[in-house]
Amino acid sequence: MISLLRNQRVRNTLLQVLYVGSLSGLVLACVMIARRNLAEQGITSGFDFLFKSTGWDVNFSLLPATANDPYWWYFLIGIVNTLFLGTVGLMLATIVGTIVGLARTSSNELARLLGRTYVDIFRNIPLILQVFFWYAVITHLPTPRAAHEAFGMLLTSRGLYLPIPNVGRAALVAAVVAIIAAVALPAWLGRTSRLSQPIGERLGIQLTAAATALATAAVILAFGRLPDLPLLDFPALQGLNLKGGLRIPPEFSALAIAIAIYGGSYIAEIVRGGFKAVGKGQMEAALSLGLSPWRVFTLVRLPLALRAMLPILANQYVWLMKATTMGIAVGFTDFFMIVALTINHSGQTLEAIGILMTGFLGINLSLAAVFNRVNKAIALKGNQLRG
Amino acid sequence: MEMVIVAPPTPGRLEDLRRRFFATPLQTLLSLISLAIMVFVVWKLLNWAIFSAVFTTSGGPEACQAAAGACWSVIAARWRIILFGLYPFEEQWRSALACIAVVVMTVLSCIPAFWTGRRIALVWGTGAGLYYVLMKGGVLGLPHVGEEAWGGLALTLFIFVTTCLIGFPLAICLALLRRSDLPWISRTTGLIIDGVRSLPLISILFTFAVVLPFALPQWMVGDKLYRVIFGSALFFSAYQAEIVRGGMQGVPKGQEEAAMALGMSYWQRIGRILLPQAMRNALPATINQFVISFKETSLVVIVGFFEILASGNAAYGTGEWRFAYVEVYAFIAMIYFVFVFSLSRYGAFLERRMSVGER
Repeated sequence: MISLLRNQRVRNTLLQVLYVGSLSGLVLACVMIARRNLAEQGITSGFDFLFKSTGWDVNFSLLPATANDPYWWYFLIGIVNTLFLGTVGLMLATIVGTIVGLARTSSNELARLLGRTYVDIFRNIPLILQVFFWYAVITHLPTPRAAHEAFGMLLTSRGLYLPIPNVGRAALVAAVVAIIAAVALPAWLGRTSRLSQPIGERLGIQLTAAATALATAAVILAFGRLPDLPLLDFPALQGLNLKGGLRIPPEFSALAIAIAIYGGSYIAEIVRGGFKAVGKGQMEAALSLGLSPWRVFTLVRLPLALRAMLPILANQYVWLMKATTMGIAVGFTDFFMIVALTINHSGQTLEAIGILMTGFLGINLSLAAVFNRVNKAIALKGNQLRG
Repeated sequence: MEMVIVAPPTPGRLEDLRRRFFATPLQTLLSLISLAIMVFVVWKLLNWAIFSAVFTTSGGPEACQAAAGACWSVIAARWRIILFGLYPFEEQWRSALACIAVVVMTVLSCIPAFWTGRRIALVWGTGAGLYYVLMKGGVLGLPHVGEEAWGGLALTLFIFVTTCLIGFPLAICLALLRRSDLPWISRTTGLIIDGVRSLPLISILFTFAVVLPFALPQWMVGDKLYRVIFGSALFFSAYQAEIVRGGMQGVPKGQEEAAMALGMSYWQRIGRILLPQAMRNALPATINQFVISFKETSLVVIVGFFEILASGNAAYGTGEWRFAYVEVYAFIAMIYFVFVFSLSRYGAFLERRMSVGER
């Protein structure tokens, strides 16, 4: 027996079996106990509850939602909300981060100081504190009766009200797509044609593309317009409440602002690191080739910096996506809050936790896949020396 | 012909200013915009926080509300709630002492003289023990105060310290298991680490606080506080394990092979050769992880703990101070800032110090 234990292969196998076995035994025991405890409370395990109606409401949803909807629909709403808040937060944070990061790498001392102060302050205050702060600020805004007004927008304690065009839902979505195309097309054309055409010609093509897309958007909006209503739907006071317009609830705006400011300070550091990683010789070479400072920036500095920062940026984006779970602190119905509410109302604890884990695993993996694709697409082709 | 080499004239102060800030039109514009933003923000802030602020509680909330600036009297009136939560009023000096013990412990562990495994364990063990005795009482004539009454800054610090204290050894274990030669052990550990890392911390805290009582036998459930601390330690260790693993990868393979050739056992190799060098490589990232996890202690507010953020919410949430939320949040933000900023500055200092050594 002892000599068997001395055998390295036997010992290694035994160790592995023990390790994996005890861990899986632990998990299994937990699940068994939980099932028994839940069964005592009259909760049967299984995924049947997904098709029962929930009986409670969500306060924010991009998809139509009523209390009669089944649980699976609510989970979908949660994921869509999380992705939507995440995307908006990421875009805002990227804009803030790029501006601050550029300020931090600028040759101007004052701009550098400003950027540094921003990063030092907002990076060192927990995100959830910032969420609470902005939520308090927004909910302490005046009531609808005494709302702040600017350009038809209303700022009230019940949220931000924006005027929206009076058009059908499908037309609105199509128009948004066309407007995105108007921005994306020129950029894409600029990338594909690179330096093969003279600048003037390229600019003409880009402008035409943008104008065509915008014109398409205008046509879609004109045709999709709801009859007998003014072009824009302005929010207005009716009784004690506001009617019309698009309402952005305080929960959403507080989270989006906080993520933009906090995430922006992290992204600023990534942007700065990316620009620092570009070799000085590269820029000097470009300048000595006679490129203008603007073209040195767009053709040499930015592309190289982007490659350096993308992997770190991807991690940061995944982190920010997970940070949307702070929605529960202010009552924004993101994916996590839906799961928590499901556990409260239906008691299907194990299933809900399983769905939560699968959901976040899915979100993380798909983000990672997207970034890997982007990384590969912009990687320098062929073998070359670094630096 | 005689050549005279003349040093270029040193620029005067005005000329220096012009070169630094107004060299080109673009620079000038940038300088002016930055200056305008700075002056505007600093003036607004000073005006709000100092010049038109109310500092005394004598006027009560009414005098405060009438003032244009900040109302610091809410802090003067409620600082005990913010710092100590629901801790019994007469015993709050203990809470304060416990906070000081933890801060002293943190400062001590930043001094290189304490950077041996034994000394750092001693410092942290003493600090945490002192904290626990002071807060919990029941010995040395101190009245007993249960965990449910702990709150405010003291609770935040407690969660942070215990998270690190449990999480750090766990992280080293996980890192060692992950680099094991046995495929099933390293793969399973990798699965655990990556699984935990892919989840948001809030969901882990929620699972440990709310779901775990169902899944554990009655005698193992324990206090909610300790379950949540264990959850946050698990999360910390998953991230820290990857940092430690990165540090281990930075140790040249020859080091371990040399140790093997000398006939050292596995534990000697790990404890004397691999870990000291790996920890040195991983130190900047480790400090960064401490900074992150200090900020993330604030998330326990979501599972219903009365830490500093929740006690801040309570400090302005009820009664006559409802309008003074900005001041309360500013105060808490300042506390976090002091801790986090000094820690991250210290990390930057370490990074510089080490890169000097390498050159």
